[in-house]
Amino acid sequence: MDYTWDFGSVFMYREALYTGLVGTLRIFVICLISGLSLGLAVGLARYSVRRALRWPAAAFIEFFRNTPVLVQIFWFYFAFPILAPFDIAPLTAAALGITLNSAAFSAEIFRGGIQSIDPGQWEAGRAIGMRHRDIMRRIVLPQAIRRMLPALTNRGIEIFKMTTLASAIAYAELLHQARLIASINYNPIEAYTVVALAFFAILYPIVRATYALERRMARGD
Amino acid sequence: MSDEPILRIRGLAKSFGDNRVLRGMDLDVKQGDCIAILGASGSGKSTFLRCLNFMEIPTGGEVTHAGKTIGTARPGKPRLYPESELTRVRQKVGMVFQQFNLFPHMTVLGNVTEGLRIVQRMDRAAADTRARAELDRVGLAEKADEYPSRLSGGQKQRVAIARALALAPDLMLFDEPTSALDPELVGEVLTVIRGLAEEGRTMLLVTHEVGFAYHVANRVIFMADGLIQEEGPPELVLKSPQNPRTQAFLARHKQFEF
Repeated sequence: MDYTWDFGSVFMYREALYTGLVGTLRIFVICLISGLSLGLAVGLARYSVRRALRWPAAAFIEFFRNTPVLVQIFWFYFAFPILAPFDIAPLTAAALGITLNSAAFSAEIFRGGIQSIDPGQWEAGRAIGMRHRDIMRRIVLPQAIRRMLPALTNRGIEIFKMTTLASAIAYAELLHQARLIASINYNPIEAYTVVALAFFAILYPIVRATYALERRMARGD
Repeated sequence: MSDEPILRIRGLAKSFGDNRVLRGMDLDVKQGDCIAILGASGSGKSTFLRCLNFMEIPTGGEVTHAGKTIGTARPGKPRLYPESELTRVRQKVGMVFQQFNLFPHMTVLGNVTEGLRIVQRMDRAAADTRARAELDRVGLAEKADEYPSRLSGGQKQRVAIARALALAPDLMLFDEPTSALDPELVGEVLTVIRGLAEEGRTMLLVTHEVGFAYHVANRVIFMADGLIQEEGPPELVLKSPQNPRTQAFLARHKQFEF
C-alpha cells in the first residue's frame, strides 16, 4: 500500500475539530457529574431500609443496564418528542441516554462498595447512637469510595468514550466533526486517526493521575 | 429513686426464624453491678448482650432502662423500636465488641470524638478535651493522632473502650472483649476493664476468662439454651455450682488451670 498521509487537510479544518472538542468535553462533564450523582442516589436507594425505595431502584438499574445506550439516545431524540409537546436538543437527548446508563452501572458500583464494608462498622456506629444516615455519610461511604475508586475511574473512561454516540444524532462532538471533515476532503484515514489520538491524549493523563491518587489513598490505609 | 435498677429485663426473647436463641431472660442490673455472663458458644450469651443495646431487636419481652420501657407495645406483635428512641438508649448503654470495630479512616482521637460531635453535637474543642481525657484513662493519650492500623490489638480495644466511655454511658456492655487478642495483649485490656469495675461503673461482660470473672464480677450468670441456668455471687456459682450444666462447663474450663 502506498498511501500518502496528508494531515494538512485535517489541520485546515482545526476550527471544526476545536468545536468538536468543546462539544465532547461539555457532554462529558455533564454526563460524568449527573451520571455519578444519580448513580450514588440510586445505589443508596437500592440499599435503603425502605422497600418502597429499594425496588424502583432495582428496576431502574436493570432496565438501563440491559438496553443499549444508542437505543436510549434515539428514543429520547426521535420518539420522546412525539409523545411530549416539545422538541429535544441533541445534547439533551444524548446526555440523558448516557447519564441514565452510567447511573445504572455506577449504582451497582456504589452498592457493591457499600456492601463490601464490614458490618461491624455499622454496628460500631449504631453502638454510639449514630443514625443510619450519619453512619452512611460519615463511616461507610468514605471507606467505600476509596475502594470504589478504580471502578469509578473505569466508569469515567467509559462515559468519555460513550460521548461519541452523540454523533449519531448530529451533536457536534469530536467524532461528528471528524466525519464532516472526512466527507468534505475524502480523507477518513487522517480525520479518524486524529480523533483517536485526541481521545487518547485526553484520557491517558487522566488515567495516570487516578493511578497516582489510588496509590496515595492506599498508603493512608 | 436509688433502688430503681438501671436495666430491668423481663421475658426477653429472640428468635432467628425458627431458631429460639433467647427463651425468656429475666434480670435486674443495679447501679454498680459488674455481671459476668458465662456459657458455651451457642448458649445465647452474646445475643442477650446485643439485645440490651438493640444491636439485635428482641422478638419478645421488655427492656426497661432507667425506669423507661424501650419501644412501644403492639397488640399481638413484638414491640416496635423506632430508631430515634434506640439512638437515645445506645448513648447511655455503651458497647465494646470482640473485633474492636474502630473506624479505620479516622485517627484515634477522631474515633473517640465521633459520637460526641455527630450524636451529641458537641463543638470540636470540647469534644477533643473530653476524648483526650478518656484516652488518658485507658493509657493511650499519646496515640491520639495515630490511625488504628498503627495500633496493636490491645491498644485498639482500649481505644474502643474510650470511644464508648466518651458518651458517659450509665452501663457498659463488653462482648468477649479479649477473645480476638493475642494472649500477651489480654492483660492490658482486662486491667482497664477491672479499673472501670473498681470505679463502680455498671457493666455486663460476656467472657471466657473465668478467673477474671471470679475476681472482678459481683454477680455471675451461667447461660445455656437461651436461659439463665444459674446466677449468684462468683464464690457460689464458680466454686460450688448447683446446676449440673454449670458444673460440667466449669470442669471443662478448669482443665488446664493450675
